[in-house]
Amino acid sequence: MTSDKPLLEVVDLRVSLNRGVDVVRGVSFNVHAKKVVSIVGESGSGKSMTVRAVMGLPPPLASLSGSIKLNGEELVGASERRLRRLRGSKIGMIFQDPMTALNPVIRVGDLIAEAVRLHNPRMSAKQAMQRAIELLETVAVPQPDVRVRQYSHEFSGGMRQRVMIAMAIANNPDVLIADEPTTALDVTVQAQIIEVLSNLRQMFPVGLVLITHDLGIVAGVADTVVVMYAGKVVETGPVRAIFRGSRHPYTRGLLSCLPSIEQKAGKLVPIPGNPPSLSARPSGCPFRPRCPMARDICSTEEPELRTVDDIETACHFAEELRTFDTSAFQTTAGSA
Amino acid sequence: MASASALSAHAPARSFRLARPALVVGIGILIFWVVVALTVEFWAPYEPLKIVSRKLQPPSFSHWLGTDALGRDVLIRTFYGAQYSLTIAVIVVAASVTIGSVVGALSGFFGGWPDSILMRLVDITLSFPPVLLAMSIAASLGPGVQNTAIAIVVVWWPVYARLMRGQVLDVLSRDHIEAAVAGGASRTRLLLKHILPLSWTPTIISATMDFGQVVLLAASLSFIGLGAKPPTPEWGSMISEGAAHFYSWWIAFGPGLAILSIGLGCNFIGDTLRDMLDPKDE
Repeated sequence: MTSDKPLLEVVDLRVSLNRGVDVVRGVSFNVHAKKVVSIVGESGSGKSMTVRAVMGLPPPLASLSGSIKLNGEELVGASERRLRRLRGSKIGMIFQDPMTALNPVIRVGDLIAEAVRLHNPRMSAKQAMQRAIELLETVAVPQPDVRVRQYSHEFSGGMRQRVMIAMAIANNPDVLIADEPTTALDVTVQAQIIEVLSNLRQMFPVGLVLITHDLGIVAGVADTVVVMYAGKVVETGPVRAIFRGSRHPYTRGLLSCLPSIEQKAGKLVPIPGNPPSLSARPSGCPFRPRCPMARDICSTEEPELRTVDDIETACHFAEELRTFDTSAFQTTAGSA
Repeated sequence: MASASALSAHAPARSFRLARPALVVGIGILIFWVVVALTVEFWAPYEPLKIVSRKLQPPSFSHWLGTDALGRDVLIRTFYGAQYSLTIAVIVVAASVTIGSVVGALSGFFGGWPDSILMRLVDITLSFPPVLLAMSIAASLGPGVQNTAIAIVVVWWPVYARLMRGQVLDVLSRDHIEAAVAGGASRTRLLLKHILPLSWTPTIISATMDFGQVVLLAASLSFIGLGAKPPTPEWGSMISEGAAHFYSWWIAFGPGLAILSIGLGCNFIGDTLRDMLDPKDE
């Protein structure tokens, strides 16, 4: 498999709920083998809805358009039967809260063995259990041969998340989607889980989609960053380029919410206001009401993604942003 | 909450070791009646229909609960009545749980218009007073054991359908169900392996409690002449005879005590089970 051909190609994906509310409005991104794509954005920005659509699990009565290609195979409009075959074998998913995402009345070994056998029906129960033990070893669970006989409540949060990962990679998927995999965990455990995820790439050519709020994790493991706001991609590019020279005030705002070692005395700068509601989106640029540099054109024209230097950004004033000072948020916050 | 529900599957194993007097008494009562029902034929000194003495004799050493209007031994007839009442209760509860659970689980799982139709049917059935509905069904079918059972099942299954549906909907919304779907589980597999094993608890508790209620309802139907035919030693019809001879209190006392003890025993067991299986109370 050549590395320049993406494993997962999402082009102009749109998701509308049945009440005519657009939650995802034309999202595009590619996932390559052994690369990590990180989707960041506030709650309600459409990140989870995007990956749910990729999994073929949109909310009931939602309508999808655009294109999702896995290894060249179109998933939008594919039969439920076909999608079920792909789920768990070609695309794996890791959920946010390992406390509730494991069935409490099935032994952990049986859960993983089930994930294996669902897509390898001819494998014997014994072989599947052997594979479950191997998988637990892969995700660094100590004493896997003992642990497979335990129930999920006998596991700590971090260990449960490892079990989730073991289930998701049971059939060496091409794409692994992790929906905020560390949000529910302790900080020390977060680092371990991210390491486990990151190490998977050395074992088989998986492409990772990592949804997270944690920009520290993004800086640490992501290759590409996709910043979403109000159902759209507002900025995307290589992780270094985004962190060093973001061309969108929203990304800048997110970055200035981060504490940094260099500026010890510096105050954290929040982005004022809240993300727009899905039903009452502002005219023009959706970020306008919260943006410190909004001008007249922002309320009439919604900026489209365009290439500026080595990143793609959706801001009318991307060129000016080279010199943009994030402290501008503070003045807006003060006056609001 | 989340961790508590994860633990719920294991709570019983731990709690069974604790002494629970109500549970012990309840199980003791039920075991007594089951043993009586199964073995009474082998040790009872008389047949239930045999006239053993003069009529309407008060309790004495030879006839502990006296004799009825025909001179039959009330205690022996009460013991024989257990066969009748327990059989009907077991059949009715088993049939109601089966029908109700299947309908409720499918209805909740698949939703849509079949769900609406089935649940309206349940609503309609439940909107009638249960005794009245069972009475009219039993009356239209005619007296007899089998018809009593059918009448009570018709009244009872909707309770379990609604219970099971609610539970299935609750489990359906949990994260690990979505995780199972994301792993490629089919709908059948989802229902059988991931949802049903977590949906039984309320049904088990309710079935235990209802066992006593069914005994009572079956006796009520017999009492008004819609259940067992007269010579049968059935508790309800025995009480009915006792009512006709109001001052011979012992005729109704035996079967009345039997019904009371079974109702009480079932409630003891059901209450304790609910405390043990419900993680919210811990």
